Amino acid sequence: MAKPTVVVLDYGSGNVHSAVKALEVAGADVELTADRTAVLEADGLLVPGVGAFDAVMTALRDARGGELIDRRLAGGRPVLGICVGMQVLFDSGVERDAPAEGLSAWPGAVTQLTADVLPHMGWNTVEAPGDSVLFDGIENERFYFVHSYAAQEWTLDSQPPYPDPKLTWARHGTRFLAAVENGPLSATQFHPEKSGAAGIRLLANWIGSLRAS
Amino acid sequence: MSLAVRIIPCLDVAAGRVVKGVNFLNLRDAGDPVELAARYYEQGADEITFLDVTATVDERDTMYDVVTATAEQVFIPLTVGGGVRSVEHVAKLQAHGADKVGVNSAAIARPALLSEIADRFGSQALVLSLDVKRAGGTDSGWVVTTHGGRTATDIDAIAWAREAIERGAGELLVNSIDADGTRNGFDLELIRAMREVSSVPVIASGGAGDVSHFAPAIQAGADAVLAASVFHDADLTVGDIKRELAAAGLTTR
Repeated sequence: MAKPTVVVLDYGSGNVHSAVKALEVAGADVELTADRTAVLEADGLLVPGVGAFDAVMTALRDARGGELIDRRLAGGRPVLGICVGMQVLFDSGVERDAPAEGLSAWPGAVTQLTADVLPHMGWNTVEAPGDSVLFDGIENERFYFVHSYAAQEWTLDSQPPYPDPKLTWARHGTRFLAAVENGPLSATQFHPEKSGAAGIRLLANWIGSLRAS
Repeated sequence: MSLAVRIIPCLDVAAGRVVKGVNFLNLRDAGDPVELAARYYEQGADEITFLDVTATVDERDTMYDVVTATAEQVFIPLTVGGGVRSVEHVAKLQAHGADKVGVNSAAIARPALLSEIADRFGSQALVLSLDVKRAGGTDSGWVVTTHGGRTATDIDAIAWAREAIERGAGELLVNSIDADGTRNGFDLELIRAMREVSSVPVIASGGAGDVSHFAPAIQAGADAVLAASVFHDADLTVGDIKRELAAAGLTTR
């Protein structure tokens, strides 16, 4: 059977080399592109994101990223957001104390963590639910985080008959969402492509779920 | 439930080769940077730092290839420092696979460079690298140096660290020129002084020579420790250091 195909959305986000290579090592056939047809037809879409919330949103709008993500989700096609690529899925972020609008796939705001040392930079533990697909078989591992802002609440109510989202939490000063798995839309605040063998396994779990969904 | 102490092997790269020397002098060949980075990754390194110590533009271009080849097989954060002078240079390094850049002399010459980089790439991608030396004539007793420690300035190192954080530096790489290459241990006083004024992570550098040197640096306030020659000489593995840190009750990955 052919490998699942994954597009890494190419919209000018910083370093994407490692994301492409890590997905390949994890078992996907990977293309870095913003081509509409390729983005819509891939088995999975990975949305990277580093830097400032507002800068990422501006670049995403220029690439019509929000619309492409919406189109995929409407068809139940998987999308994985990473770091700021996760943050922009919420209603809003904060940029130099001024609010910035997100993609609103999920309700809620991304706000600054309260901690003695920021950015939250380095390898931290997470609390994943037992039925997580992303963290299946990855226990007691650390993942690489580098951020000062995060979603610190989950406010989306249950929507039967859809299954409840799987929420993974971490803590740096305050508790925040390290990962969300909500139907076809998943996201991690940490960088799986920078999290060594544990991160590769997480990406392999996601890739393994693509053809089934 | 807390962050693990980070162990960061540093590779000084000139013309595509890892070099080593004492106080940046008498450089000797120490191997292939991509191979060494991959070895330290296998040993459990938490990040890798490349320091470009080349002098010419031609040699600098080989650095981009080294970064790309490393980023394609080493799945941990990669920092590149040495000669970073402009936003364009940072963009090129990121496009080749760097996650963070270390800025040193160019920011001393023109501090606005820090905010320019932070505004475009975010503070998380900007490491202020300081080569610090003990000297009279400043409030703190430390000055920053340039040109790999060869040229002292009259800038107070602690005041400079504080200013750099305000301008957008997301991390401090604090290298003690006094301790560098001595293998007598980190400058703990300097780490304490930096921790006191820093709201961002502090990486301790300079002086590591024995497995027992690392825990005191963390206990003095460093979030991460960086070393070069102890790894290249295969005196110590990353695992050796992590075992020692764990034995001291510190959290490692």
